[in-house]
Amino acid sequence: MSLLLLAISAALVNNVVLSQFLGLCPFLGVSKKINTSTGMSMAVIVVITAASAICGAIYQFILAPLGLTYLNTIVFILVIASLVQFIEMFLKKSNPALYESLGVFLPLITTNCAVLGVALTNVQKNYDILTATVNGFGTAIGFALAILLLASLRERMENNDIPESFKGMPHVLLTAGLMSIAFFGWAGVL
Amino acid sequence: MSGVIIAAIVVGAAGIGLGFFLAFMSKKFAVEVDEREEQVRELLPGNNCGACGYPGCDGAAVAMCKGEAPVTACPVGGPSVADQIAAILGGSAGATEKKVAFVKCAGDCDKAKDLYDYDGVKTCAIVSSVPGGGAKGCSYGCRGFGDCVEACDFDAIHIVNGIAVVDREKCVACEACVKACPKNLIEMIPYKRTAAVSCYSNDPAKDVMAVCKAGCIGCKICEKECPIPDGAIHVENNLAKVDYKKCVGCGKCAAKCPKKVIEMFAVKKK
Repeated sequence: MSLLLLAISAALVNNVVLSQFLGLCPFLGVSKKINTSTGMSMAVIVVITAASAICGAIYQFILAPLGLTYLNTIVFILVIASLVQFIEMFLKKSNPALYESLGVFLPLITTNCAVLGVALTNVQKNYDILTATVNGFGTAIGFALAILLLASLRERMENNDIPESFKGMPHVLLTAGLMSIAFFGWAGVL
Repeated sequence: MSGVIIAAIVVGAAGIGLGFFLAFMSKKFAVEVDEREEQVRELLPGNNCGACGYPGCDGAAVAMCKGEAPVTACPVGGPSVADQIAAILGGSAGATEKKVAFVKCAGDCDKAKDLYDYDGVKTCAIVSSVPGGGAKGCSYGCRGFGDCVEACDFDAIHIVNGIAVVDREKCVACEACVKACPKNLIEMIPYKRTAAVSCYSNDPAKDVMAVCKAGCIGCKICEKECPIPDGAIHVENNLAKVDYKKCVGCGKCAAKCPKKVIEMFAVKKK
């Protein structure tokens, strides 16, 4: 039960993009079309969940016992980058259709700060591996929710008569800001 | 000091370990790539327009190598590219017919009536969603805001006097404009000498004449003039339509058309 609550709170209340401002660059960069943002969110869900589990395990079994917790960041960066590479190879071989649909988004995730952010938050809060994985999954769902909502809004706004000075990024950032205010409404729920 | 060494060892070992892991896995999960794909990809135009029905030129190259797509699948590259690809893949290209886009509307600012002054958003997609489809009296015709111009990567379609006109020499038949037009006014016609009806209105003659001087009224004179057995031009739903496979480009229908809505295209001599 507490795990479920944790996942929901990670997805909605502490939404990774809209209340913790992590992973903003794919959120703004890949949200032009619903198709591409679906691909991005799928890739993020896979990678964040796997990265949370593996980084949790590395922390618990290697870094913490050896007293090397100050190496968290650099080791997690290494691990996440290799993990993304590995997932890419694995998918290319085992599931070419999924690989095609994720396309360029998989390697892009290497630089997604939400992934590293979740791994480090898990460690800071002393989550065990299972809790860390659930937290990672919830966070990724939250990211997917945010980017899909923004992409839907942007597709609808595309044909609208946007004032000259708001064209391009300004109206996207304003939209993201309004979404952030809306998500703030979850703050008292849990 | 020992802290520095331990940290260096741990991070170094992790890096080397992960490096070996990735190297091992890349061997294990290696996917054979058809090297012809690369060569075919080189020949394709590379603008990723998607007219072939595959996701970009890469997708088309893969499909061609697997034999799923014909070597002539790329309408942009045309016969010359198809020949070169056929040379790589074996087999022959056969003849492909060069096509160009054609806008089925001739109701420019002088010929088609506007019902009111439209001062809204200036894109065809938005105007088409307005009740009545914007100011133009004819609800079928070209809106003239140039969604097709925006879609064209090749500078081959322009708004001239309120309607879209295709530059037949620049058009590469990628069909980007066909998809962009909310009125479905653009179709692909053969580049050869042919007749084409520049009207898309299914309204009866009276309604057409009320709003446009260049609209097909479905009088069937063109049908009677056509010398081809069974005819290469037929009137259906008050609109003449050319069968491009049969049309020989004699121009008799165009000469007799009372509304001058049949255009004759000739191949430009170089």
